[in-house]
Amino acid sequence: MRPSIVKAQPADVEKDASMIKQKQMMAKHYDRLTNAPQTGEKVASTFVPGNLNELIMCFDLVNNLPEVNAIQSGLRKQSGAYVMEAERAGHSEDVCTYVKSDIGMMMKGNISPNGKKLPDPDVLLLSYTGCFTFLKWFELLREQYKCPTIFLQTPYMADGKVTPNMVQYMVKQLKENVIPVLEEVSGVKFDIDRLRENLRKSAVAEDDLVHVLQSGKNKPSPIDAYFGGIYYIGPIFGAFRGTDDAIDYYRFLREEVDDRILKGLGPVTPDGPMAEEKYRLVVEGPPNYTSFRQFWKMFYDEGATVVASSYTKVGGTYDYGFRHDPDRPLETLAEYCLGVYTNRNLPMRIDMLCDYINEYEADGLLINSIKSCNSFSAGQLLIMREVEKRTGKPAAFIETDLVDPRYFSAANVKNRLESYFQMVEQKRSGAGAAA
Amino acid sequence: MTNPSTADIVARAQDLYEDLQFTAARDWKKAEPGRKVIGYMPVYIPRELIHAAGMLPLGIMGGGDNLEVIHGDAYYQSYICRIPRSTIELGVSGRLDFVDGMLFPSICDVIRNLSGMWKMLFPDTYSKYFDVPQTYDDEIGGTFYVGEMREFREDLEKIAGRSITDDQINASIKVYNENRRLVSELYELRAAVPWQAPASEAYLVIRAGLVLPVEEHSVMLRQYIDAAKAEKRPVKDNCKVVVTGMFCEQPPLNLIKSLELSGCYVVDDDFMLVSRWLIGDVTTTGDPLYNLSQAFLHHSMSTAAKYEPDLAEKGQFLVRAVKSSGAEGVIFASTSFCDPALLDRPMLQNVLKAADIPFIAFKYAENSGQMQPIREQAGTFVDSIKLWSAA
Repeated sequence: MRPSIVKAQPADVEKDASMIKQKQMMAKHYDRLTNAPQTGEKVASTFVPGNLNELIMCFDLVNNLPEVNAIQSGLRKQSGAYVMEAERAGHSEDVCTYVKSDIGMMMKGNISPNGKKLPDPDVLLLSYTGCFTFLKWFELLREQYKCPTIFLQTPYMADGKVTPNMVQYMVKQLKENVIPVLEEVSGVKFDIDRLRENLRKSAVAEDDLVHVLQSGKNKPSPIDAYFGGIYYIGPIFGAFRGTDDAIDYYRFLREEVDDRILKGLGPVTPDGPMAEEKYRLVVEGPPNYTSFRQFWKMFYDEGATVVASSYTKVGGTYDYGFRHDPDRPLETLAEYCLGVYTNRNLPMRIDMLCDYINEYEADGLLINSIKSCNSFSAGQLLIMREVEKRTGKPAAFIETDLVDPRYFSAANVKNRLESYFQMVEQKRSGAGAAA
Repeated sequence: MTNPSTADIVARAQDLYEDLQFTAARDWKKAEPGRKVIGYMPVYIPRELIHAAGMLPLGIMGGGDNLEVIHGDAYYQSYICRIPRSTIELGVSGRLDFVDGMLFPSICDVIRNLSGMWKMLFPDTYSKYFDVPQTYDDEIGGTFYVGEMREFREDLEKIAGRSITDDQINASIKVYNENRRLVSELYELRAAVPWQAPASEAYLVIRAGLVLPVEEHSVMLRQYIDAAKAEKRPVKDNCKVVVTGMFCEQPPLNLIKSLELSGCYVVDDDFMLVSRWLIGDVTTTGDPLYNLSQAFLHHSMSTAAKYEPDLAEKGQFLVRAVKSSGAEGVIFASTSFCDPALLDRPMLQNVLKAADIPFIAFKYAENSGQMQPIREQAGTFVDSIKLWSAA
């Protein structure tokens, strides 16, 4: 039976059933993490882009993602204090606020969203994929935790292609540097068949995720692929890829979304089902987390649905065909890392955004430029101009930050969005008049 | 023929530094038909391969404080450093219209993304993001790096319209070994007698090597070192410092002069690391790509753009630089919004604290104009070091 829309806590926030299920999964995972000292489970910290969860699970390690912790701190309005704590300790105001939120949180006792202390990691798996800051972030954490640190470099896809040299380099690193240290830290011998099984499960969930993401092509779109998309990518970008839980969740989500398509419904927002889809947008860049709900409200109040986004591809570009392949276990992990959105060159990113605008029949592109994130942000003004030129659709630019509340100016963002929606209207009426 | 004076040499180097039309490189290209120029950005690329192809490697270190950025700002948000916007300005204003290719080394996400922007903005010019290994095992990082260099060599062969032989690369390595020896000699001279070879002069003389053919630059270096040794210059009551964090966007010349005027002898730095990235001679026989990779993996400088696999070794390059140059303190001078330098800085500062080495920190941009605060900060730093030393 299809789940109906239910009210979640707090009572004024409406969520669909899959969102509640996702929250429960995340809560369960945080409990597992914080209970690790009691259960004896060992913890591996790593990153979302280049997350090798299938491999980590082969060693019975629990996956901890500092980016996700920073997001949770942002959503809970704690990151501002953490960022300032890190800045007081000497970290520059100019650098990534995920890093500073994480370090500030560590300085304040490393309290997880469940109110319990996160354990120190037993190993740092520095998957250097698509973001230079990762490299320094884990050097900073290594200085504090003094635990084994495994380095895995993903070469940048600068020429828009994956070369054999890149894949061989990554496979060698996995064989020689990554797997032996994970064996040593965990005390578990590597079993390639276990990895294959995890990869097989990943691919099943990835099929359903793609179905959900591509449902944005419907009119109205049954999903918001940016704000709602954050919930949808949580399990597969985090600690659940390669698990039965992920398979169950994405099947459940798919059915829920299909049900909405059948009923001609739009996405569920925190204020209830979306009334009318007036604008269909493609969004480039991460969201702001400190004012997440307020930010989203600026869209749905205007009838704007995000039908596709680049941010939901930072943990894998599955909608471009990639699936984890159990028959080529190490190569597929390499190709997964190589293909993530932030590891793609600017021309590839532009192609992707233009494809989204055309295939999802969007009204235009909105770029949320994040002060903290040069990997995303450097070049976005050129991206905007190029996408506008190629698609003929209007584009707009707003600036916020990931988890630093000082860089979210609600009035400025709202003004810009309102102007943008007017621009879309004008473009439409201009097109109508021409027709 | 008499050796030119330091003033003559520095004047020539300053002309080259200020020439944002890159006339010297244009003239070199025009002198013979078929010559090609390949531009590169900080921090490091193996210039030997370009030289072996008969081409001129041209260092593009941004536009400095003499370039008015008109178009470049339209490509970047306010929170991104200045070097990419001034580099775009150089490109779109036609100042690089004679350049046959541009290289964007692996240093940070901004320069990485600039490589893609260059492809969009200048689709008819060869451009390449030059990836390097951050793992240093021969069989892993070494093999990858040789593969990347092989690909680059093939690209250069296409541009040159001829093959590049191992012998030619080995001959180029020899020429660059000589240049690196001279750069090292100048650094050693400056560390020993900084009043004879001030940092602001040494900076200009080494920077000339980014636009001149390497052979000509080696002559300039030899002449400057000889002239600097020969001239009598007054010794000042300055404090020896190491400056770090300036490996990409270069400081305005006035910033270096301001540090000197505030009482600093800059005895080591990380300006223009390409000139001394590889430490010691690279082997000149056998497989040149293997030899270059070995030098890169095992005998190269450290900087914030590099991963340090060994926690115990983190920041020790800076401690060693202080000790070997006889410096009394470190100045962290980082470009605003520079991820590598600013993320690395707290770790390096912790290492210096443990080694009981005093430091200060400030930020700059390549077009910083107001030097008084920097002068006051550096002057206070020098005074405090002297007070501590006296105590």
